[in-house]
Amino acid sequence: MFSQDDIKHIAKLSRLKLSDNEAKKFSRQLSDIIKYIEQLKEVNTDGVEETSQVTGLKNVTQSDDIKRRCDGEELLECSPLPKERQQIRVKSVIKKD
Amino acid sequence: MDIKNLSIESAHKGLLEKRFSCIELTDAFLNKAGKENERLNIYVTITGEEAKEQAKIVDNKIARGERIDLLEGIPCGIKDLMNTKGVLSTSGSKMLSNFVPPYDATVVKKLKNSGMVMIGKTNLDEFACGGSTEHSYFGPTRNPHNPDYTAGGSSGGSAAAVASDTCLYSLGTDTGGSIRQPASFCGVPGLKVTYGRISRSGVTAMASSLDTIGPFAKSVRDIAIVMNYIAGKDVNDSTTPNVVVPNYLQEINQNIKGLKIGMPKEYFNNGIDKEVKKSVEVAIKVLESQGAFVEQVSLPMTKYAIAVYYIVMPAELSANLARYDSIRFGLKPEDNGESLEDYYFNSRGEGFGEEIKRRIMIGNYVLSAGYYGAYYKKAQRVRTKIIEEFNEIFQKVDVLIAPTVPGPAFKLGEKLDDPLQMYLVDALTVPMNIAGLPALNVPCGITSKGLPVGMQIIGPQFSEGKLLNIGNIYENL
Repeated sequence: MFSQDDIKHIAKLSRLKLSDNEAKKFSRQLSDIIKYIEQLKEVNTDGVEETSQVTGLKNVTQSDDIKRRCDGEELLECSPLPKERQQIRVKSVIKKD
Repeated sequence: MDIKNLSIESAHKGLLEKRFSCIELTDAFLNKAGKENERLNIYVTITGEEAKEQAKIVDNKIARGERIDLLEGIPCGIKDLMNTKGVLSTSGSKMLSNFVPPYDATVVKKLKNSGMVMIGKTNLDEFACGGSTEHSYFGPTRNPHNPDYTAGGSSGGSAAAVASDTCLYSLGTDTGGSIRQPASFCGVPGLKVTYGRISRSGVTAMASSLDTIGPFAKSVRDIAIVMNYIAGKDVNDSTTPNVVVPNYLQEINQNIKGLKIGMPKEYFNNGIDKEVKKSVEVAIKVLESQGAFVEQVSLPMTKYAIAVYYIVMPAELSANLARYDSIRFGLKPEDNGESLEDYYFNSRGEGFGEEIKRRIMIGNYVLSAGYYGAYYKKAQRVRTKIIEEFNEIFQKVDVLIAPTVPGPAFKLGEKLDDPLQMYLVDALTVPMNIAGLPALNVPCGITSKGLPVGMQIIGPQFSEGKLLNIGNIYENL
């Protein structure tokens, strides 16, 4: 069902680098899985509401107070990239002309 | 010190009566953990220094004649999915193999405030995705009953940690069976709680509408004790409702005369291992002898649970794992690439294992334009039907009892190349996550090959006390 090109396309959308070997293996495995989940087609769900929250909580709010669990320096420490002036340096997003 | 026969309460008593010091208790468990870790690969990190430091604090309190809490000084294992301040927290992934969080998860904080001695961080399938811990970047955890078999997963390390006497209780997470299944495979009690009963703040998110946290322990009674410390509302997790937390220890001394037990016939069908089926049926008879009524019921929607799960879970997982871009945290790839986009591809390509890649891709596929309605919305509708079916059944019976897993533990490697077969192992545990119901695994037998069998006691939302009561009665018969 999924060709290796389909898999490579989904991987691109998912920002995942795949080896050719992985693409080959996943095309078979993902096809099996999607085929399996398609059995839901046989269930009549006309007029049935969707559920995404099972205990019925809605719009849980709290006052907008600043609470700190840790300071900025500690959070910056977690980054594997270089830091400058309390910011993380990443590669440029916009290309120069 | 006979650590094999210690419980939370007897260890507490031992400390109070000065039969052993907390440092002696801690050393005994650290020694055992070191030994068993070599054989079974239970812990990603053993936190010996921190454990001993905490033990000294407890000993000083005892020496000064101060009161100590029931969990104070009691050795514990924490699933490596949970943030522990200043201690490596890998989520079983290469992506987080260097991650040292700057804060504690709410559950960890609660246990620290109660004086726990953390023995270490337990192994798991990467990002809690799997049923055998074979998807851990740090290698599989082996079953304490037979090392050729898996400990189950994803909380395989937490289950094996308790089963091999390397701690007295542990925490795991259950999104589709990840507490109950390894508890069943390793022969220990394990509780999956109602959705929202325990805060998930600071625990790596897998599938947000399904994820729960819960304890493993050597007895149901010990699980009730741990529940008293970790259940309840948390402002940092808005899915925790304002539902009163009972004293679970008081809940477990009720008789079960007149209790109505349902046996869902779909959970005892031909796909279930004969020895497993027999053990669970015998256990139900034991409860019947205590005055419970047993009736057969039917949950025909159960057969669609796995299909619903393998749409909803990967969809939510793919969204949750989108945050791993190796900028604020994560793996620095070997090759940074030319552009920011290359950096994403390389870090995610290197950092995630195969199972995670598979699930992210399924998730992105079922959520993509044109397929969203056919897959994701459809699954959320079938989910409603599964919930309605449970609601109706709980009008007729108080609890359901069924096998936890269709079979005993499988061999390492047996299902590794066939993800769909691995997924089907979850067939009997997934429905409760879909409906947000609590379920308790209680060991109820041993197969002819010497592998444990577990039954699950399932109840309506927030009925943990009732489940623990039944489990405790069964254990003490």
